[in-house]
Amino acid sequence: MAGRKPLYRDLMTWRAIRNALAGLLAGLAGGVLLGALILIWGVALFTLATGTDDWEHVAVYVGIVLLIMALTPWLVHGLSAMQRSRLRVTLGAEIPAPVRPLGRTWHQLGYHLLAVPAGLAGGLLAVLFPVAPWLARWFTETDEGLARALLGPGRRESLAQRVETLARSRADVVAAADAERRRIERDLHDGAQQRLVSLAMNLGMARERFEAEPEPVRQALAAAHDEAVLALTELREFIRGLHPAVLNDRGLDAALSGLAARAPLPVRLRVDVPEPAAPGVEAVAYFIVSEAIANVVKHAQATRAEVTVTRSGDLLRITVTDDGRGGATPAAGDGTGLRGLAQRAAAVDGTLSIDSPPGGPTIITAELPCES
Amino acid sequence: MRIVIAEDSVLLRDGLTRMLTDGGFEVVAAVPDAAQLLKAVAEHRPELAVIDVRMPPTHTDEGIKAALVIRRQFPDVALLVLSQYVEESYATDLLSEASSSVGYLLKDRVAHVRDFLDALRRVAAGGTALDPEVVAQLLVRRRDDPLDRLTPREQQVLKLMAEGRSNTGIMETLKVSPSAVEKYVTNIFLKLDLPPTNTDHRRVLAVLKYLGS
Repeated sequence: MAGRKPLYRDLMTWRAIRNALAGLLAGLAGGVLLGALILIWGVALFTLATGTDDWEHVAVYVGIVLLIMALTPWLVHGLSAMQRSRLRVTLGAEIPAPVRPLGRTWHQLGYHLLAVPAGLAGGLLAVLFPVAPWLARWFTETDEGLARALLGPGRRESLAQRVETLARSRADVVAAADAERRRIERDLHDGAQQRLVSLAMNLGMARERFEAEPEPVRQALAAAHDEAVLALTELREFIRGLHPAVLNDRGLDAALSGLAARAPLPVRLRVDVPEPAAPGVEAVAYFIVSEAIANVVKHAQATRAEVTVTRSGDLLRITVTDDGRGGATPAAGDGTGLRGLAQRAAAVDGTLSIDSPPGGPTIITAELPCES
Repeated sequence: MRIVIAEDSVLLRDGLTRMLTDGGFEVVAAVPDAAQLLKAVAEHRPELAVIDVRMPPTHTDEGIKAALVIRRQFPDVALLVLSQYVEESYATDLLSEASSSVGYLLKDRVAHVRDFLDALRRVAAGGTALDPEVVAQLLVRRRDDPLDRLTPREQQVLKLMAEGRSNTGIMETLKVSPSAVEKYVTNIFLKLDLPPTNTDHRRVLAVLKYLGS
C-alpha cells in the first residue's frame, strides 16, 4: 500500500505478534478446558447410553452431565471476557459484549473451539516471525474479525440498540431546544424587554415635559418615542413567537385562545384535551396552530378559520380548517410554512396531512403521540 | 392619591415611581413581589395598587392571584394590573371577581404617559380600564355567537364601550354624530338582551358579564 511503513518497522506488526502469542496461549487454555469438559460430558453420556446396572454410578454420571451443561455457558462467557480483554490489551480493539446476559452462547462456544487451531497456527507463524510477519498480521486481522462476528452482539441486536439510542437522543434534542426557547424567552423578558419599556416610558415622559421646546426638539423626541414604542411591540411579538409564557402557566387551551383572538380573521376554536400532554408536545401543537393560521392569513384568502384540538388516548389531534382558495402544498414555492409544520410534527414522531383541493377548503390535520 | 407599586424589575419600579410622582400621585410603597405587596397594602391602605402580573417566585401569574386576594381582603383598593402580554385567561380570572375599580393593561401602555395616567385615575374613581387587546380577546367566542348578530359598526362600538369609553369618546373616535352612537348602543343592548343603563361603568359591567358567561 502506498505510503505504508516497512512491516518490520511498523508498530502494528509487533502488536500483531504479541497478539498472536497471547492468542495461542488463550486459545489453547480455552480449547483444552472446553475440550476436556466436552470429552468428560461425552464419555458420561456414552456410558449412560450403553448401560450400567449400578445405580450409584448412574446417579454420578447424570450429575456430571447436568453439571457440565449448567456450567458450560458461564465458562464460555468467562472465556469470552478473557478473549475480549486480550484483544483490548494487545490490539486496543474494543469488542462490546452481547446486550442480553448469556446471549449468543453458541457463537461464543464456536469461537473458542476455532481459537485452538487458529491459535496454534497464529502462534506458530509468530514464532517463525523473521520469515512470515505478513502471515501473523493476516492471522490477527482474521482473529479480530472472527471475534467481532462471533463474540460481539449480533447485527439485528446492534441495529435495535442503535434505533433505541437514536430515538432517545432525538427526544433529548427536541426537549433541549424547547428548554432553550423558554430560557431565551425568560432572558429577553427580564432583560431587554424591561429596559425597552423603561426607555419608552422615559421618552414618553420627556415628550410630555418638553412640550414648550422648539419644534425640532419636539419632533426628535416624538420620533424617538414612536420608534421605542414600535420596537417594544416588535420585541413583544417576537418573544411570544419564541415561546408563549401563557403556555407554561395556563396550558394549551389558554394559549390557543389568545392565538385565535390575535388572528386578523375570525377563528373558531374548540379544545377538548382533558389531560394535558407533555410540555414539549403542547409546544409543538401550539406552534403548528400558530403557523397554520399565519399560513391561512398569508395565502388562503379565507374569511374564517376553525381550529380543533382533541385528545383520544395517547394521540393529540389538531385540525385547522379554512374556507380559502385551497391548492396548498408543502412542495410549492410559498409552502415553506407548511413544510415547517410537517417537520415540527415529525420531531415528536407525529404526522401531518394537508387536504387542499383547488378552490378549497383546506384541512390540515396533525396527529401527535403524547404520553402524559 | 396614595399608590402601592408591585414590580420585580428595579428599572421599571423606579421608572413607574418617578412617573407617578411627577404626575402628582403619592407612591407610598414600591415592592418587588406579591408577598411584600400584600404586606404593603395591609400597612398603607392605599387607594390604588399597580401590579405586575409576572413576579417571583414562579414568574407566572403571581400578580393576578395577589390582586384577587387584595380585592377580597381590601375591597376599597382599586387595582391596575400590568402585563407584558395580554392573555384572555388572566383577564377573565381578574374580571370574574373584580368588576369595578379594576384595570388590566399591557405594560407597553406606560409609554403613553397621559393615557396611562388617565386610565389610572379612571380605575381609582371606580371605573375600568381594559386594554384594547384584552377586549379583542374577550370578544372572541368559541360557541355559537350572539355577537355575530351585531353589524361590524356595532361590534366596533361594543369594543370601545368595553374599553371604558363614554358615548362622547366613541363619537370622537368613530367620528359620528351623538345620535348615531346612541342608536348603536341601543341596538347592541337590544340584540344582546341587555337592559340599557346610564353610566359608563354599568355598561362595561353588563358587557363583561355577558362576555364572561
